[in-house]
Amino acid sequence: MAEAVIVEGVAKSFKLANHKTMKKLVVNAAKRQPLSRSFTALEDISFTLEQGDSIGLMGLNGSGKSTLLKLISGVMSPDKGQVLTRGRIAGLIEVGAGFHPDLSGRENIYLNGAILGMTEAEIDNKFDSILDFSEMEKFLDSEVRHYSSGQFMRLAFAVAVHTDCDIFLIDEVLAVGDQPFRKKCMKRILELKAEGRTMVFVSHSPKQVLRICERGLVLESGKMVFEGSAVDAVKKINYEITDEDDD
Amino acid sequence: MSTRLAADSHPSGPLQNPGRVGGLFDVFRRRYLLKLLVRKELRIRYQGSVVGFAWSYVKPAVRFVMYYAIIGLILGPKSLENRALHIFAGMIMVAFFTNALSAGTKSVVKNKSLVRKINLPREMFPVASIMVSVYHMIPMYVIILFGCLLTGWHPDLGALLAGVMALAIVLTWGLGVALLFSALNVFFRDMQNIIDVVQTVITWTVPMIYPFSIIADRFRETSQAVYELYLSSPLCIAVLLNDRAFWVPSVDRPQQAITEELPAHLFQRGLLMIVLGLVFVWIAQAVFARLESRFAEKV
Repeated sequence: MAEAVIVEGVAKSFKLANHKTMKKLVVNAAKRQPLSRSFTALEDISFTLEQGDSIGLMGLNGSGKSTLLKLISGVMSPDKGQVLTRGRIAGLIEVGAGFHPDLSGRENIYLNGAILGMTEAEIDNKFDSILDFSEMEKFLDSEVRHYSSGQFMRLAFAVAVHTDCDIFLIDEVLAVGDQPFRKKCMKRILELKAEGRTMVFVSHSPKQVLRICERGLVLESGKMVFEGSAVDAVKKINYEITDEDDD
Repeated sequence: MSTRLAADSHPSGPLQNPGRVGGLFDVFRRRYLLKLLVRKELRIRYQGSVVGFAWSYVKPAVRFVMYYAIIGLILGPKSLENRALHIFAGMIMVAFFTNALSAGTKSVVKNKSLVRKINLPREMFPVASIMVSVYHMIPMYVIILFGCLLTGWHPDLGALLAGVMALAIVLTWGLGVALLFSALNVFFRDMQNIIDVVQTVITWTVPMIYPFSIIADRFRETSQAVYELYLSSPLCIAVLLNDRAFWVPSVDRPQQAITEELPAHLFQRGLLMIVLGLVFVWIAQAVFARLESRFAEKV
């Protein structure tokens, strides 16, 4: 086994500029006020995932989970430290970001597939399977703007779970859709896991984390406060296991 | 670290920085996505419009008629054979460039939802916007070829070469500007207003609505600096080359037109502009790559 994800001493902060206009900038500079404020989203995060590992990222809202996921996916770069990954990355993060309301379901499948890194042949091959998963055949040629939000998510999900990848990232998405569809998604995720993909899972649901992940990492306002087994991580964060996310 | 990277020969590939960018090369590696983005752009632009793509004929046609009627017929500084062709040859270059400038500048910000959420080569957006502009250039070439055939066009090898060079100049400079300005626009939204100003300036500093001889007669002998400054604009050279390609072969005495209405060493100047354009693309790409790592949080 080789490493799939290495996160080494990563820090990320965001600068919030105090000036929106040139005038403000000059005024602030003249008054010797700070030109920007800095907000630390992540501090000194380090962990390594071997191939096939699955880790749950837990923490309250604003603790930096999504930022960490964005650093792993490469959308953002860390200010300090480094992130290294091996192989293709895909996942259920921001599904539907590439969808355009004025295009049909079919066109959106192709566009979104290409955005997620699939080739034309790959999408052709998987088209039926994607359609099958989404259960949206009937609306395939109508514009996505006419879809309900649930239907939209189904199609977006269907494309995303069909991307070939080595590392699969999941960001609190299993809360959407009706129960049968959620079950289906969970089943698909467990399939991907069984195939040996590395998983990084962001969730507020201890039950889901325990189901998918062996390992857990708890963030608290940008700092790593726990890294170990998923069971201990759930204990650490002290969430109650409720029945409401019963899928 | 580099030793660990180099020594890695795993079936899933080496460990690498996920945000690492292959720049423009990545865009060409993912041609299929580029194609779909261009197609989407074209579909969306004329969505819900009755006339659809015909708008891309109507707009330049109206602009052309206005230039021709007001400047050519009413103000007419100087009579010029086949003035309509002269205006239109310049207009193709100016229209493409201003189009590339405005669409290119907005391209990254317009796709902010993708930029913020998905890791893909962001050069994709300015490149796609340039390709959309190229697509809109096609009807203009069709129109001018039609006009050329009506007036009796006898193209020589020089005309062909000039046409290709003119295109190469606006393509390289257009791409460079789109890359550079789209990245800057993420950080300074003033860019969108700046380009409006630039557009006005470049429309009047090229020999499109007036003949080049007006500039040449006034400045060539008296103030060399102004003359050379005028010719230092890549768009100006592109317009002159396009005149050479379409207008010159249509007039009765092409040789006289070349000496009177075109500067000396036009082809050398054109070649220089292409080379400088490539350098500019390279610099613009470097700036883009530099700024790109902060796009997701700034856009």
